[in-house]
Amino acid sequence: MFFGGLLFVALGKDPVAAIRTIFYEPLFGQYAFYYRPQLLVKGAPLVLIAIGLSLGFKAGIWNIGAEGQYIMGALFGAGVGLAFYPYEAWFVFPLMVAAGAFGGWIWAMIPAFLKVRFGTNEILVSLMLVYVAEQFLASMSLGLMKNPEGFGFPGSRNLQQYESAFNADLIEGSGMHWGVVAALIAVIFAYVLLSKHRLGFAIRVTGEAPRAARFSGVNPVRLVLFCMGMSGLLAGLAGMFEVSGPAGQVTIDFNVGYGFTAIIVAFLGRLHPVGILLAGGLMALTYIGGDIAQSQLGLPAAAIQVFQGMLLFFLLALDMLTHYRLRFGTAEVV
Amino acid sequence: MTALIALEGLTKAYPGVVANDDVSLSIAPGEVHALLGENGAGKSTLVKMIYGLVKPDAGHMQMNGTAFAPAEPRAARAAGVGMVFQHFSLFDALSVAENIALGMEHPPAMRTLSQQIRDVSDTYGLPLSPDRTVGDLSAGERQRVEIIRCLLQEPKLLIMDEPTSVLTPQEVEILFKTLRKLSAEGTAILYISHKLEEIRSLCDSATILRLGRVVGHCTPSETSARDMAEMMVGTTLKTPMRAGKTPGDVVLELTELSAKSPSAFGMPLREISVQVRRGEVLGIGGVAGNGQDELLAALSGETLSKRGMVGFKGNDVGLLGPTARRALGILSAPEERLGHAAVPDMSLTENAMLTGAAREGLDRGGILDWAGARRFAETIIKTFDVRTPGPANAARSLSGGNLQKFVIGREVLQRPELLVVNQPTWGVDASAAAAIRQALLDLAENGTAVVVISQDLDELMEISDRFAALNEGRLSEPSPAQGLTVDEIGLMMGGAHGMEVAHV
Repeated sequence: MFFGGLLFVALGKDPVAAIRTIFYEPLFGQYAFYYRPQLLVKGAPLVLIAIGLSLGFKAGIWNIGAEGQYIMGALFGAGVGLAFYPYEAWFVFPLMVAAGAFGGWIWAMIPAFLKVRFGTNEILVSLMLVYVAEQFLASMSLGLMKNPEGFGFPGSRNLQQYESAFNADLIEGSGMHWGVVAALIAVIFAYVLLSKHRLGFAIRVTGEAPRAARFSGVNPVRLVLFCMGMSGLLAGLAGMFEVSGPAGQVTIDFNVGYGFTAIIVAFLGRLHPVGILLAGGLMALTYIGGDIAQSQLGLPAAAIQVFQGMLLFFLLALDMLTHYRLRFGTAEVV
Repeated sequence: MTALIALEGLTKAYPGVVANDDVSLSIAPGEVHALLGENGAGKSTLVKMIYGLVKPDAGHMQMNGTAFAPAEPRAARAAGVGMVFQHFSLFDALSVAENIALGMEHPPAMRTLSQQIRDVSDTYGLPLSPDRTVGDLSAGERQRVEIIRCLLQEPKLLIMDEPTSVLTPQEVEILFKTLRKLSAEGTAILYISHKLEEIRSLCDSATILRLGRVVGHCTPSETSARDMAEMMVGTTLKTPMRAGKTPGDVVLELTELSAKSPSAFGMPLREISVQVRRGEVLGIGGVAGNGQDELLAALSGETLSKRGMVGFKGNDVGLLGPTARRALGILSAPEERLGHAAVPDMSLTENAMLTGAAREGLDRGGILDWAGARRFAETIIKTFDVRTPGPANAARSLSGGNLQKFVIGREVLQRPELLVVNQPTWGVDASAAAAIRQALLDLAENGTAVVVISQDLDELMEISDRFAALNEGRLSEPSPAQGLTVDEIGLMMGGAHGMEVAHV
């Protein structure tokens, strides 16, 4: 935070005001009634994705492509929704949820399958698939899913105006949509899985000592498939809830980097479900606070991202320094 | 004779434990001095202080009459102290000469260095080609790399930590010839080993440590191994007892078992055929790296084998994974305690769950019974006298011997039908080792088939009914353990790996 202050000083802004704007305004400021629901809206996808990622990260399986899975989830979900338009029925939304989950899952299964079958690196493949998904998104919003009544503007029909498909606030104006509920369920589910279930134990053992995991009877192939699949599924859900709720439509720039920020959230929360819940809240706070700082103080958007990066960097450095002592000079060869 | 190195009142305390308490000893030039003690007696800490890896809290050292306080290994080496560690620090993918150059302050040109290596290896009877890749070398040859690395610095004091644990009897002989030659030239040797017979034949004098203190000095050639062991432990030793018995039905049957090694520098298994019966202990000897890990993995289910290769009570289990095999009663304890048999940073309760889930009924349809695992861990701790504050402690916090007791106890208490253990008493002190061997014999007594893979021949002779040796991934024909001579065993183990006898 100190270095963040320095950064803001370097940009010619009052550091105290900047930090106050980022952390205080959204919660207790004049317009907090508007920002508080936003906190849930921004936090839910982060938490949802981060929970999924943390399962894999704990086991040493690095799914970096949550952004792509998020996009695919949104596309699949929206696709199902749009296919039914304008038919109103209660089952449209659950069907969209399933489709969204499937979309994320299948996108994550590509790197997972390639890894177990051919030993490819899941980091690389999942990351590259993000760019494929982005192109896919662009093509969809300009082509197949373009709103026929949209006067040629890119982007799909707005799902907010299609009642059966709209992921509305459960309580008006609270920001509490189904994605928030799903995120909370995911937190509880992950907590129980990791502490009580055989599979969670297998994940933890694999992360700590892969040979011991193998010795105890963990099947590494199945574990990779499960962890990748689970993180993809949750990312897909997050994308679907976003597109049918706060975003409302498929557009070229639909994705705003939740999938990547979720990696920060997962580590900020120490890969622990409850920690992730808190970290998701904190990250959402910096997002919203950053937006406010942008409009009120004229801070560049990039400065906020640098600030978020610093947060993670210092946290990880702290972790490192509490475990290891810094030694200057060259290491001794014995 | 004036002392080459003299230690006076060395004391080193770590949080919670005094590793060395007022330790004094002196070594004359050319003397071969043994350092004896149980695990955790403080031997490693002591030599680390001499080698400059650890700073003493109190006391001082003298070398050739002048004060000696190395701040780091480099200073110790400059003063003429060389050390051969128990665990090699070599890079598999580099050549012998490159490995040696890496450890030097100012390596000479490769060609000069290669010549120097050849000279040293000729002089001391340590045949070794500087151009070979370390990954292709046997454990004995790797050790020669380490020794030559030290000798190139012309040390006055050579510290050797458990040098023979990875050697065949023939290789041990060659090593001893080298060491005797060095000693005759005036190099002092500080020799750490658990193998008392070796110490009796090699060393001039011995210092015995217990719980960080010097408890006695002796002249090994005039003291019996049993007396030395009892000085180390401080109590009378029990020799494991076994009753004569007739073996029962065949439990394990291997038929031409072949398996690739999972790692690049591992050893594939080649056509291993053997039968183990109820109540029988099969001892498998051999130098490390000849397929021991791979054999254990093939039996535990970590690596699967082809149809018809692994039979258990008449059923083919080669295609079953570890969990399914455990359910049938095939249990195992690998050699590497941290990271294979146990997860270092997890508690003993969690480690009890690691292999106990299936047979102890701790896994109820996927939901784990942690209270049950804790009870199981407590039972292991109590039955096998594991010294730890409680089951919530991390596996890493236990000393090697204690963790080994936990790992063996965990499998023994699950009432196995077949138990496979690799190096069951590796790094374990005499009394704990005796307890572990007794537990294995008791199991056999109750009808379990036991396979003990070990590099400690004395141990194998003590508990095995039949003995076989692994060499280059092949298993020799098992023969009754009683009446085998060391020479016969050495030949079964593949002799001295094609090396000529040192021309000393």
